[in-house]
Amino acid sequence: MLSLRRPGLLGLYYLVLLVLLYVPIGVLLLFSVNDATVFGFPLHGLTGHWYKDMLGNAELLESLRSSALVAVGSSLTATALGTLAAIALLRFKFGGKPGFLAVALMPLLVPFLILGVALLILFAALDVSRSLWTVAAAHTVVSMPYTLLIVMARLVGFDTHLEEAAQDLGASYFYTLRRVVLPLIAPAMLAAWLVAFTVSFDEFVLASFLIGRSPTLPVFLFGQLRFANRFPQVLALAMVVMLVSLSLVVLAERLQRLGTGASLGPPEPAAETGS
Amino acid sequence: MDQNKPPAVELVRLAKRFEGSEAVREVSLSIAQGEFFSLLGPSGCGKTTTLRMIAGFEVPTSGEVRLLGQDVLHVPPNRRNINIVFQNYALFPHLSVFDNVAFSLQVKRVPAQEIRRRVAEALSMVRLPGTERRKPGQLSGGQQQRVALARALINRPAVLLLDEPLGALDQKLRKEMQLELKSLQREVGITFIYVTHDQEEALTMSDRIAVMNQGQALQVDDPRSIYDRPATRFVADFIGTTNFLSGRLRSREGSLATVEVEGVGDVLAPLPTELSPGRTLTLAIRPERMHLGRVSGDGPTNRVRGTVAEIIFIGDDTQYFVRLANGERVMVREQNDAPPAEGSRIQVGQSLTVEWAPASTTILLD
Repeated sequence: MLSLRRPGLLGLYYLVLLVLLYVPIGVLLLFSVNDATVFGFPLHGLTGHWYKDMLGNAELLESLRSSALVAVGSSLTATALGTLAAIALLRFKFGGKPGFLAVALMPLLVPFLILGVALLILFAALDVSRSLWTVAAAHTVVSMPYTLLIVMARLVGFDTHLEEAAQDLGASYFYTLRRVVLPLIAPAMLAAWLVAFTVSFDEFVLASFLIGRSPTLPVFLFGQLRFANRFPQVLALAMVVMLVSLSLVVLAERLQRLGTGASLGPPEPAAETGS
Repeated sequence: MDQNKPPAVELVRLAKRFEGSEAVREVSLSIAQGEFFSLLGPSGCGKTTTLRMIAGFEVPTSGEVRLLGQDVLHVPPNRRNINIVFQNYALFPHLSVFDNVAFSLQVKRVPAQEIRRRVAEALSMVRLPGTERRKPGQLSGGQQQRVALARALINRPAVLLLDEPLGALDQKLRKEMQLELKSLQREVGITFIYVTHDQEEALTMSDRIAVMNQGQALQVDDPRSIYDRPATRFVADFIGTTNFLSGRLRSREGSLATVEVEGVGDVLAPLPTELSPGRTLTLAIRPERMHLGRVSGDGPTNRVRGTVAEIIFIGDDTQYFVRLANGERVMVREQNDAPPAEGSRIQVGQSLTVEWAPASTTILLD
């Protein structure tokens, strides 16, 4: 508010940012409770029936379930793999580390379009039929770089003397991992999992290439664009999804603070939750 | 020192080379059981690397580490009967004080009841009873230090390694902890190997000290001998304050040598080894052993003339910087054990005699 009371260049910039970021979402909210299938002003009456219709739309709910399944599966796998890779990269000595890291981060750079075609050909060649499994596999590949980087950031700022202290006190490597390392990087793992979940949940390109009979939510929504009368339902769903993911992020933030509140280490950088 | 017991730690020509630089060069030491032993030296002298090789965190390039007579070169850190107190304590921030202290017992699956008893014992030993449920972050630096000690001692290791454990504490707390550590060590009878760059700390606590520089142990001796008879110029300079005069051996009479210091005169000093006349050498004299214009005791005395260049009053003593005839400055420290008589105060610019006993002079060969 300070920037609005003293309008300067920075204040103006901030204002533009707010408008660009939140006005579209506001419009979405507006039309999700507008009693008309036509998007335009003037608005008609306030209604909640789009939300009710949404809950009655079996296809839509099915696609939501598919997306949730894929997102949970791929994000858990990506977090596990990313954590293991981060520990291997930062705590073990082996040759070819730069190459390993480059390969692991490659999916960040390859356009999804190309990756989608490549995976499609690969799965076809291996005679794997397209399904939620193939989508989940693709999502694991593209979200692993995020989880790897987030967990690595935590491990870099981690006092290696703690691991030495545990060993010094007689602990084996796995005991150290279980009682010292994993509890201390848990907040970062949670953040990594959330990011991976988000990456998968709204991913469209790969899913549309690799999907089988049951579509994920983004693929389903895209298909619904053809039917104008069902569109407000889609808006209602978008609002619900946004609300849920927002509260997830807030929850994760709270959890992180709880986990590190009484710690000796530096406070957990909040930026880790952003993708 | 019991001759029948094997040394707690024995280092045999221990060396460590990091890419291109020699951190530790053939250090050989024997540390007796129950000894409080310090590795003293400036940062980068190899003392911490030596400590980490004893703990097993670094693998020596060559040489041996023996623990109670056993070669432990291939024993991993978690199987060595050694515990370490890290410089930053390395307490587990997510575990309570209880779980921190109990860690090594939990690893060994000691019964819960016994763990409780021993943790309570360890915490009362470091004077922190009743703090079991707190997190390390809720404790002060001094308290964290004690928790780290309790955690490292609970398993009664053969040797406790301490890596500059008082570095993060303020001056007053440091002094307190020094005395406390010393009495704790005497109480538990465990061999302590203490790494520090603080000479005063090492002198205060140690039974013996190894002074290290550039990866080498220059002198290993008890604090008094190191202070009184430093073996090298580095040791003399690093421990306390020392005046250096360079001279040339002129002659000897029994165990006393006469050293000619150019422009100043002849100085008598005890001769450590056989030396041929004409050899150049360095004389080291502690400031508190020198006196201004007054004969100290009987027997032969060294006397040199000089001019007072500066006077610094410290409180319990006064430092006089005296310029000698050859241009070199020496520091003379006089205790302020009596109020100065009116009119006899020494002034800057005054010409006077600096005197000291020959026995207070150390001949250094480097």
